[in-house]
Amino acid sequence: MQQQEVGIDSIKKPGSSMDDVMQQMAEHKGCGTSGGSGKASCGSSGGQGDLAPDIWEKVKNHPCYSEEAHHHYARMHVAVAPACNIQCNYCNRKYDCANESRPGVVSEKLTPEVAAKKVLAVASTIPQMTVLGIAGPGDSLANPAKTFKTFELISQVAPDIKLCLSTNGLALPDHVQEIKKYNVDHVTVTINMVDPEVGAKIYPWIYYKNKRYTGVEAARILHERQMLGLEMLTAEKILVKVNSVMIPGINDDHLVEVNKAVKSRGAFLHNIMPLISAPEHGTVFGLNGQRGPTAQELKALQDKCEGEMNMMRHCRQCRADAVGLLGEDRSAEFTVDKIMEMEVSYDLEGRKKYQDAVEAERQKESDAKHAELAEMAGEFAAVKVLVAIATKGSGRINEHFGHAKEFQIFELSTQSAKFVGHRRVDLYCQGGYGDEDSLATVIRAINDCHAVFVAKIGGCPKADLKKAGIEAVDEYANEFIEQSALRWFKDYLGKIKSGEFVHEARGDAQIRQGAYTPESAAA
Amino acid sequence: MAYKIVTSQCTACSACEPECPNNAIREKDGTFIIKPEKCTECIGYFDEPQCVAVCPVDDTCIIDGVYPRYQAA
Repeated sequence: MQQQEVGIDSIKKPGSSMDDVMQQMAEHKGCGTSGGSGKASCGSSGGQGDLAPDIWEKVKNHPCYSEEAHHHYARMHVAVAPACNIQCNYCNRKYDCANESRPGVVSEKLTPEVAAKKVLAVASTIPQMTVLGIAGPGDSLANPAKTFKTFELISQVAPDIKLCLSTNGLALPDHVQEIKKYNVDHVTVTINMVDPEVGAKIYPWIYYKNKRYTGVEAARILHERQMLGLEMLTAEKILVKVNSVMIPGINDDHLVEVNKAVKSRGAFLHNIMPLISAPEHGTVFGLNGQRGPTAQELKALQDKCEGEMNMMRHCRQCRADAVGLLGEDRSAEFTVDKIMEMEVSYDLEGRKKYQDAVEAERQKESDAKHAELAEMAGEFAAVKVLVAIATKGSGRINEHFGHAKEFQIFELSTQSAKFVGHRRVDLYCQGGYGDEDSLATVIRAINDCHAVFVAKIGGCPKADLKKAGIEAVDEYANEFIEQSALRWFKDYLGKIKSGEFVHEARGDAQIRQGAYTPESAAA
Repeated sequence: MAYKIVTSQCTACSACEPECPNNAIREKDGTFIIKPEKCTECIGYFDEPQCVAVCPVDDTCIIDGVYPRYQAA
């Protein structure tokens, strides 16, 4: 592909800096992907951190397993697995809107052969695409023939791409040996409960051994299969991430128990995600008014579980056909019609060079952050503030305020700059705020932040943000996120010290536009 | 003697296809259909029709009234 040659040729040219290369790549593809870096895999800070070397090796380039990697590496899902073997109250398989982004939804189903072609096309266009996942739109293991055929084809044509799959776990124990056979070393199991009484409120039925089970019995079978599958995977040294959907009033407190149960069975990472629920999705929860959690509720639960194990906070709850960095979705560039016309040459060597350059840039940012932290040690250890960052999905502050589709949220203290989540601000299938001033939407989404860092911002929104108590910071355009945020924080602490102003806590915020909350219902 | 799939309801997820003990289900024009002459309502195989049991959308696999109910031999 021409795009790839632009990047790789530039790397080969002596004297050409990584920034130039990244810029060229970004311009060429209409997306920003420069460099930078942050912390390591979800919960452990500073690159490799406290992870064992063999685990670090497995996760360091995996955007879904490593928070730091997600700034740099891209993933793609191929929608080869349409069938499912359970029904969840947060899922409606009939719904597909092009603007909709959530698991279980997909625009185009693929055969394994077309999927393999698509992977080649994407890998040739996006050299930082390192991970191929099968996540549905049904359940990967309810379609074992299609799923494993796809893995077989891809491992033949693109051996450097990591394979992963996600499953509800019901069929998992039957397929652990095949998962091992294809070197799938990352498996995500969605586990929302360890108590069948709780499960009965989430799963109306399952299909197991040629029979439909309902109620507590269905949930008990699912639970037992999930635990067995998890134990079998970890016994085979396959990394397991557990996804849980936080459903206020149903399993929010219970997820602490889930966290303990999965940790004790060897899960590596726990990803607690907010329920996506809106009446227009036609899900049971959407229709019965079940709300999703607020930002504070989600963070409190994640913080509570963090002492127990690594928590993932950068999940974007993407579609089963998503392509690109986690914050973006470029699947529209790779529809079946388009990939059939693309001439694809798989340049393994070129991909490796590109990824090596990314690694060097990652290291640079990590060093910059640690230098900043070292200077701050000791001052105001108890003060913590949240800040929002406009970024195109790299480790830099490189997005205009008005263009941002999401903001990444960092918690700053004298000990760390810690990624704690992200907030979508693009209008979400007209999720209730169709006519509303978009600035108000943004303010509601980052209302718990003291400042928002942007590459550029106009005078009017800057003034309005100030009125809402949020400082717009644009003097760190294109700089590394964490280093810049910590510099600002140092300055902030300086102003508190001098008495210029008093540190005050901020309010709560809304996670995702379109989520059903009592407030939005009343509005 | 047969079930049928309500086209407007079918999500084409394909879950029913491999479950049918009679290989009566196949994809046609982006949705799935049941060949009525092959369908036995799963009598003699399972306690419940498999297409109904696995289908994610209620009232999508239904008895086709055009045909008399299947009688086990």
